Amino acid sequence: MIEVKDVHFTYPNGVEALKGVSLTINNGEFAAIMGENGAGKTTLVKHFNGLLKPTKGSVLVDGVDTRKVSVATLARKVGFVFQNPDTQLFSETVEEEIAFALKNFGFKENIIKRRVTWALNLLGLVQYRKTSPFMLSGGERKRVALASVLAWNPKMLILDEPTIGQDYQQKEKLRQFIMQMKAQRRTIIIVTHDVEFVAECNPRVLLMRGGRMVTDGEARKVLTNPEILTQASVVPPQIAQIFIKLSDLGLPKNVIDVYEAREILLSVLEEQAK
Amino acid sequence: MAIIETKNLTYTYPGGAKPSVRDVSVKIEKGEFVLVTGPSGCGKTTLCRCFNGLIPHFYQGELKGEVTAAGLKVAEQPICELAKHVGLVFQNPENQLFALSVEKDVAFGLENLGVPREEMRKRVDWALKLTGIYDLRERAPHELSGGQQQRAAIASVLAMQPEVIVLDEPTSFLDPLGAKKIFEVIYELNRKLGITTVLVEHRLDLTAKYVDHIIIMEDGKVVLDGEPREILSSKEARLIGVGIPKATRLYQILQKDRVKLGNAVPLSSDEMSALLRGVLKA
Repeated sequence: MIEVKDVHFTYPNGVEALKGVSLTINNGEFAAIMGENGAGKTTLVKHFNGLLKPTKGSVLVDGVDTRKVSVATLARKVGFVFQNPDTQLFSETVEEEIAFALKNFGFKENIIKRRVTWALNLLGLVQYRKTSPFMLSGGERKRVALASVLAWNPKMLILDEPTIGQDYQQKEKLRQFIMQMKAQRRTIIIVTHDVEFVAECNPRVLLMRGGRMVTDGEARKVLTNPEILTQASVVPPQIAQIFIKLSDLGLPKNVIDVYEAREILLSVLEEQAK
Repeated sequence: MAIIETKNLTYTYPGGAKPSVRDVSVKIEKGEFVLVTGPSGCGKTTLCRCFNGLIPHFYQGELKGEVTAAGLKVAEQPICELAKHVGLVFQNPENQLFALSVEKDVAFGLENLGVPREEMRKRVDWALKLTGIYDLRERAPHELSGGQQQRAAIASVLAMQPEVIVLDEPTSFLDPLGAKKIFEVIYELNRKLGITTVLVEHRLDLTAKYVDHIIIMEDGKVVLDGEPREILSSKEARLIGVGIPKATRLYQILQKDRVKLGNAVPLSSDEMSALLRGVLKA
């Protein structure tokens, strides 16, 4: 469980990135943090694994104040995948990159092998096992960074912009993986601008603006409210846009899923035919 | 006449086990807005690097076949000559911006081309105004937001007044509204100035409605090449795993359910809601 209590954070250059944020994320929850560039999203999640410590207020991870433990201790529990994979990758081969943290955590050789193979398979990287991460495309490097954290199976996982450079199939795999983690009562927090991905996952959405939390609710409610979204520089997903435009015809407004859209439209058309 | 053309282009990076681009023959017409997409690692970025000579001159490796851009044979021209004709905006603006002010960054390419001072001043101001960052001209690029940086990167390429502008996921770090605005700027430049535009992008929900021509790649090859409405409604595009816009997807599903929405495949929520309005009123 992550408890954020009235957290303020000011960077050394004087920029006040968080201006009093409070929230609780329970075990097994899947939350997406969205909002305009510079809203403080990444700053906030960097508090969850102790990379940043609040200037004022506190962050508790499973009841422990992040100021009282090292990042190394927290890392085992809270995995963090950065927005830009190049800040994270350094090994000579993809395989070594994924094995690195496992070695540091002191896993046994045979377990390391098994977990590396598992992660390579999950993220479609098997053919690159012996390749240098720097020979790969942007989207592939992103998946290597993800694999290297998933490999140690942290209890909480923070993904900063996980869908950048990913094609539809990779996104679908990521979605299924997140759902699996959720079923195992693990916690997943993503920071993202990808409204269509969020619409497909329907997580809890936390909307930030100017260092504050402006909304907290189910995706289908938040993503179908144009007034709030515009404030946070987010646009509704395409299906929501269609239903908002047609709301004068008596259609419901809070639809974000294409198959749900189909059900609603078919039943309305059937009604009309009668 | 095609402004960019590749004939049986195959390219392997130095030390690469297999070609990243395989036997690609494409034509991009003058003034077109072209979208290049396909699964991650399919060779999109590599193909674009062939258009302005970064391949083979900078990356080296092995190139077979032929690439012509603005009437020049790419393999025979130095990058500095090609840069006058084909501008490239990188995925990450931080890889591109380096000067102490936005204005200097935008002027840099022109200085290198030896453009006279007066002309340089004119073109820099023009590019800054077009991209809406004239007021930021004296600010340091690294102090700007992601969206402003992305605009500065586009301005620095525009100032060179290339005939073709190639943009590799130019909004990947931007919030949705910021991304929408950048695509609107790019579209305007294409329509108003007739600059041939090649956009590499996964997010078709945001971009499909702007484009004249789509090229879909898979595993180094071009697998689909043609008119957007035709391509995005094809079964092949879906099987390759291209992210079909949800409006188009809803249209396809309803067509299967025998809802009569007409034959004009929608690419945006505006087009789809108009089609639905037609049947829902009736």
